[in-house]
Amino acid sequence: MVRESFERELRALEGEVVALGRAVGEAVRGAVYALRTRDADRAERVDRADDDINRRRFDLEERCLTVLATQQPMASDLRLLTAILHIATDLERMGDHAAGVARLVIRMGDEPLIKPLVDIPRMADLVVAMLEEALDAFVRRDAAAARRAAARDDEVDALHDQVHRELFLLMIQNASTITQATYLMWASHGLERIADLVTNVCERVVFVAQGVLEDLNQPHG
Amino acid sequence: MREHEALPVLSTRAFSLWYGVHQALIEVNLDIAERQVTAIIGPSGCGKSTLIRAFNRLNDLIPGVRTSGEIVFRGERIYGRGVDPVNVRRYIGMVFQKPNPFPKSVFENVAFGLRINGFRGNLAERVKLALDKAALWDEVKDDLHRKTGYDLSGGQQQRLCIARALAVNPEVLLMDEPCSALDPTATAKIEDLIRELASSVTVAIVTHNMQQAARVSDFTAFMLLGELVEFGPTREIFTRPTDSRTEAYITGRFG
Repeated sequence: MVRESFERELRALEGEVVALGRAVGEAVRGAVYALRTRDADRAERVDRADDDINRRRFDLEERCLTVLATQQPMASDLRLLTAILHIATDLERMGDHAAGVARLVIRMGDEPLIKPLVDIPRMADLVVAMLEEALDAFVRRDAAAARRAAARDDEVDALHDQVHRELFLLMIQNASTITQATYLMWASHGLERIADLVTNVCERVVFVAQGVLEDLNQPHG
Repeated sequence: MREHEALPVLSTRAFSLWYGVHQALIEVNLDIAERQVTAIIGPSGCGKSTLIRAFNRLNDLIPGVRTSGEIVFRGERIYGRGVDPVNVRRYIGMVFQKPNPFPKSVFENVAFGLRINGFRGNLAERVKLALDKAALWDEVKDDLHRKTGYDLSGGQQQRLCIARALAVNPEVLLMDEPCSALDPTATAKIEDLIRELASSVTVAIVTHNMQQAARVSDFTAFMLLGELVEFGPTREIFTRPTDSRTEAYITGRFG
């Protein structure tokens, strides 16, 4: 039997998760663009937009609770709703990390960069691509695509290690770079954490699609 | 959200009802919102059926019934002097727990209310419309005159009763445990129908089945021992009830 209003709300919630995910992807892009171009205004906007992401996450949670309390979802519907609750939390945390990067830009002020940024923007591109793949896998209930997206976390980790090595070297060579190098390490760390959170999203996609809880955050190869 | 736009169409004002010396309803104040589904829940004997039957004066038929307070429908007191209960039932229809079709053809079952109200328009059209609204037309259209109400399945019979009630264009449809005699598939059909009906008619439903109340209603009233304990939007009642008795009941910790 079709339960139309219930179905409609499930689809609407799913759509909102994807929309929230896109907003988070925009925030990550915006924060790293602001970092690379030293655009404090852009950074301010990213920071402010995080309030909206937080509000939307609460709204999603509230709506999921209502559906859980009133519709007695079972099986795949139940998995979907619990997954949405988890994914919304992960997306909100990703938004916090993006806002954290944006605030570093504001903190750094006009101080010139101690090195041209190459790997951090690459990390950001990679992280946003992972997020988009995860969201796409969520919509298509494609567990294989979710696993592939999660596996790219290794590339992000490798870049993160590389950024750290480089920055340590700079700090050893020139103590005056320590403050900014530390900020850049934080930025890199934020991106690395976002990638980890994307793997959590991928785990939920696998759960929705196949009903198994699988740890996708293990180092590969 | 629907409930923010809701206006009351039917209200009780300190309404009490006694069966002889036993007080079954104690000063109930409740607003039934227009074109919304209001569910009345509560344990056996809480007064929920008494309340819904009071809405179209069905309790009048029971000897020794006495009321105080008011029930107001569209600004008029339905227990007021000179109010004809038959007229009340013309605007406020009822569907009962057990389907009760008449031993007549499907067509005549639906046409019945129209005929006794002296309807002079296109009867066949109105019967079709009512059967359509009750999501039964497609299943009975070829047997309108050949089959009787008794030839239908339980779920179909209940939808026939809903069509019969809808045929006279009531403003409010009362439902007293409309699914308790039906299997899960027939129940799901009726629940879907209730949601659809809410776009054109105000629905008040009494149900033992809390999950059903949660699924189909916009507002929920929780009653206990003749009192209205809590009333509010269904999503609030089922996620954060304010009264500890409501919490105990809906979490199954009652008693």
